[in-house]
Amino acid sequence: MTHWRLHPSLWLGLGAGLFFALLALVSLVWTPFPIEEINIGRRFQGPGPVHWLGTDHLGRDMTSLIMAGTFTSFLVSALAVAIGAGIGVPLGLLAASWGGVPEWLVLRFSDFLFAFPAIIVAILITALFGPGAINAVLAIGIFNIPVFARVARGGALSFKTLDFIAAARLAGMGNGEIAFRHLLPNIMSLVIVQGTIQLSLGILAEAGLSYVGLGTQPPATSLGLMLRDAQGVFLIHPWLSVLPGLSIVAIVIALNLAGDGLRDAIDPRLRAESGTYGAA
Amino acid sequence: MTLFLVRRLAGFAVTLLVAAAVIFFLLDLLPGNAARFILGMNASPEAVARLHAQLGLDAPAHERFFGWIGGMLSGDFGMSYTQNAPVAQLIAERLAVTLPLTVLAMVLSMAIGLPLGILAARRRGKPTDTGIMLLAQAGIAVPNFWFGMLLTLVFAVGLRWLPTGGFTPWNEDPAAAARGLILPGLALALPQASILARVMRTALIDVQGQDFIRTARAKGMTMGEAVWRHGVRNALLPVLTILGLQFAFLIAGTIIVENVFYLPGLGRLIFTAISERDLILVRGAVIVLIIGVTLTMLLVDLAYGLVDPRLSQGAGR
Repeated sequence: MTHWRLHPSLWLGLGAGLFFALLALVSLVWTPFPIEEINIGRRFQGPGPVHWLGTDHLGRDMTSLIMAGTFTSFLVSALAVAIGAGIGVPLGLLAASWGGVPEWLVLRFSDFLFAFPAIIVAILITALFGPGAINAVLAIGIFNIPVFARVARGGALSFKTLDFIAAARLAGMGNGEIAFRHLLPNIMSLVIVQGTIQLSLGILAEAGLSYVGLGTQPPATSLGLMLRDAQGVFLIHPWLSVLPGLSIVAIVIALNLAGDGLRDAIDPRLRAESGTYGAA
Repeated sequence: MTLFLVRRLAGFAVTLLVAAAVIFFLLDLLPGNAARFILGMNASPEAVARLHAQLGLDAPAHERFFGWIGGMLSGDFGMSYTQNAPVAQLIAERLAVTLPLTVLAMVLSMAIGLPLGILAARRRGKPTDTGIMLLAQAGIAVPNFWFGMLLTLVFAVGLRWLPTGGFTPWNEDPAAAARGLILPGLALALPQASILARVMRTALIDVQGQDFIRTARAKGMTMGEAVWRHGVRNALLPVLTILGLQFAFLIAGTIIVENVFYLPGLGRLIFTAISERDLILVRGAVIVLIIGVTLTMLLVDLAYGLVDPRLSQGAGR
């Protein structure tokens, strides 16, 4: 395990990522001010001793909004990763262990899903059911499915030819049992790395969707929704846009560093350009 | 090569047909009575009946589906009932903003990303490389629409070089129209350029270790010549794949960035259509977006076949 210590960027990324995650979790039980507390009299305040990061156009406390917004952004993105991995990984394993027609179908299905960027799915869902955070979860989640399917299939194929799989087959195991008892544990590290990367892409995608009004809706808040709120006044009060934007950048950099670092630490051979799929 | 071409074209057609079926199911069948959905619960029965007939909802679902497909093949995307204009015309007007913006962003991202990637690979491990990769790391993490806001603050509000937003139609003042696309184009290009720089660097570093580079060096070329004449061309293969994927996301990103600059593009048309429940318009705009994405992927596949003949001669994938 000594090589884990050789990755300062991994620790930096994990540390910063955990810091934001913690900030988000704390917002569930405590924020400096209630996020829905509107006070027009004290709006557009700069950072100060009472409102550490100032107040927005409704006089809401920016520190509290950032904390709660970070939570929503993480939550939406994490649920989308869960959908993507929950459906994509079994599909990828299915394709790798059965081959033939199932594999062909899975590959065509993931090609097909790639034609639907998250924003198109979000547009379709919103046109039908109206806007909401669930739309963003579904849209980003659907987009994540083919990404995880490909990662799982690729990983599983590289293990499929190894002796222990042949041994399992000799012992009488079927495709399904081999896939879930032997292949899945072996590709777990790949899935976790991809999950970290998709988590960061999901946070960017959530911001984009909420910014155009297809995602999180008030009175809840997210980092993207804060940018939408600030849009009308950002030429006069740039601070209201700069702050949530910087938070997004910091979180995404942290998660990307953690993802890259994890990949290098788990398997140095994988130092490649994977994970460059956008999501919005 | 012919077989390769036929397979790719067939795949393209099938993808579009399935996508159209999904969209039709979601926007035409799922709402139940589309006319009532559009007009809301308080509409009079006469208004609902009129719209019902106007939308051609009396016909069975399969007839409507194939009628829609057939219409699109002849350029008829239906009528928008909120704007009282043909959907095809509305979309074409908006594409005059969205398409040039997407292409501009693509060109900018290549013009910025590829040279930086090559430079980083040539100076591997040196401060230049580290600097470029740090920039790229940050560039990937920046939401394009937020970057657009920052650009506006600096170049439109601070320096007053370019407009903060809005759009002058091409036929009124082409120069002003083009100026209006510069900042949004840059905002879209930054994250893509960062990704391209990273991919180009990795690909070039991989290629540098290959035998044919060593052979070229043995024949007397300098490392720079060898990389330029043989390396870059080979490294372009993975770059091409990413470019195809990125173009799809650029189209999606354009929809979002248009909002920052108040550009009358496809994105704003779609958001208006959603808020006015104009499902016919949403349907038309979404299928156009999907055609754009799928067409790009097809072109990348075909280009791949041209650049690397092994792919088109073998069984494909």
